[in-house]
Amino acid sequence: MKILVPIKRVIDAYVTVRVKADQTGVETANVKMSMNPFCEIAVEEAVRLKEAGKAGEVVVVSAGPELCKETLRNALAMGADRAIHVLSDDELQPLAIAKLLKAVVDKEEPQIVMLGKQAIDGDHNQTGQMLGGLLGWAQATFASKIDVEADSATVTREIDGGLETLKIKLPAIITADLRLNEPRFTSLPNIMKAKQKPCDTFTPDDLGVSIEQRYKTLKVSDPPARKPGVKVGSVEELVDKLRNEAKVI
Amino acid sequence: MSILVIAEHDNATLNASTLPTVAAAKTLGGDIHVLVAGSGAAAVAEQASKLDGVAKVLHTDDAAYEHALAENMAALVAKVGADYSHILAPATFFGKNFMPRAAALLDKQPLSDVTAIEAEDTFVRPTYAGNAFKTVQLGDTPKMMTIRTTAFDPVATEGGSAAIENTESAGETGLTGFVGRELSKSERPDLATASVVVSGGRALGSGENFEKLIEPLADKLGAAIGASRAAVDAGYVPNDYQVGQTGKIVAPNLYIAIGISGAIQHLAGMKDSKVIVAINKDEDAPIFQVADYGLVADLFDALPELDKALG
Ligand SMILES: Cc1cc2nc3c(=O)[nH]c(=O)nc-3n(C[C@H](O)[C@H](O)[C@H](O)COP(=O)(O)OP(=O)(O)OC[C@H]3O[C@@H](n4cnc5c(N)ncnc54)[C@H](O)[C@@H]3O)c2cc1C
Repeated sequence: MKILVPIKRVIDAYVTVRVKADQTGVETANVKMSMNPFCEIAVEEAVRLKEAGKAGEVVVVSAGPELCKETLRNALAMGADRAIHVLSDDELQPLAIAKLLKAVVDKEEPQIVMLGKQAIDGDHNQTGQMLGGLLGWAQATFASKIDVEADSATVTREIDGGLETLKIKLPAIITADLRLNEPRFTSLPNIMKAKQKPCDTFTPDDLGVSIEQRYKTLKVSDPPARKPGVKVGSVEELVDKLRNEAKVI
Repeated sequence: MSILVIAEHDNATLNASTLPTVAAAKTLGGDIHVLVAGSGAAAVAEQASKLDGVAKVLHTDDAAYEHALAENMAALVAKVGADYSHILAPATFFGKNFMPRAAALLDKQPLSDVTAIEAEDTFVRPTYAGNAFKTVQLGDTPKMMTIRTTAFDPVATEGGSAAIENTESAGETGLTGFVGRELSKSERPDLATASVVVSGGRALGSGENFEKLIEPLADKLGAAIGASRAAVDAGYVPNDYQVGQTGKIVAPNLYIAIGISGAIQHLAGMKDSKVIVAINKDEDAPIFQVADYGLVADLFDALPELDKALG
């Protein structure tokens, strides 16, 4: 069984993101970049399935500029076998990414496409579901537990009221939530080994996919500011303020 | 211009998330139709028909929609929604599950978590865990999106008298089987809509401490209970208590954060609360930057005192 894992390079989760003064975007110069944490969880899950003998090959794919190769190499160091880079310097919106991934799926014919549930930059939470729609495959989003069988998978999902379990037919799309696993750290020998692993590059044109943009960003602005608060000296003072000043209890 | 709103429900009751979604539709100013897809959900269609501002309810009754499986929902939304100007669903785990899939079926780029509507084609949405708000102009039609429920005031549940029309099912895709649900049971108000939320973090140290210290406080205040990711990961409380970028988005009148540091991913889920209280023993904890009232104290001393002070 082959598993395809699409991954994204994003501003690191622990960087404080700042909006540019001209409101055209956020500061990216000299900012630490990492693999999107949810993608990391997806890679980890795929590699574990391989280690458990349930998957034969783990292929990672990333769409974006040349630097995505770094992120792909990270995934290879985690244990993926092979990488595909869809090289593009244009802004790629989720529908375009889903179409690029569909073209890769058509070439690679994996049984499972394992993605992160959302990327922490755009916070769209769309690509997996869109790819599922384009392929006409089953989908299980926000997965916190996955059992893979020969032609199906049983997936526990995190939903609003608690947990839901689905049995999906393969081939299928699965998107990873936070509690699916804890990704491993990559060791130096594995990072060295990853350099020998193959990475193919395609352009959207090679894949015959139009990456036309469907929305235009008019501006990017700071979140509404909260007015500064006060520190209270005691529990009594807190209760008094809540009762008589804020009037919320 | 006519707008289709997809109702969230459990086949018996309309979920409160539908009300702000209809409110968002109203700001667009067209005829509003609500799609109720379910199994034996006639009562829900009835409730939807009474919502203020709704012109028509489309009711699809089929076992395929009993559990709102994404594959079946997306096929129906794509079929019923194709000729609308806008299609809206709440940005809950329900809406986020099928809306992008439905959009892909129609070759449209959807928008997630819309917090403001500036024009018929211009929308605002948070990115980077709420650190950067993007204003975007969407070219596609229908314009498909999920609505952040805390960003719009809910419409009234009475006053409307929309006609209910039966709409044909799009059928069972047969891709996915429903196995079961394990829902947290609670007598407390729903976290997403509660007017007071008491949240605990890693500092609570155990599920027992949540029971001993957080629950009585929540009971006194008529509050829902929330948690940070760290508290959920540690197993103190179930996953659906998580507030944040990747959990629930809440905006109660009063949010009390106890032993929560205030990581950006947590703030993303509660920063729009009207009044924020933080209790933390570290006076430099980032949570104090958004708190209206901060108390630097050990929670194991402060909570029993608070319990007493509330009487
Ligand atoms: C991709 C991603 C998504 C995430 N999504 C979310 C999300 O949706 N929601 C979320 O909450 N987090 C999320 N996180 C995690 C987030 O980054 C933080 O790790 C998490 O919120 C920390 O939880 P905490 O504040 O309970 O724990 P900590 O950061 O460990 O803070 C504990 C706090 O308790 C205080 N404390 C300790 N003892 C006491 C005491 N006795 N009395 C009073 N105060 C005390 C400490 O001073 C500290 O400030 C996400 C992270 C990533 C990478």
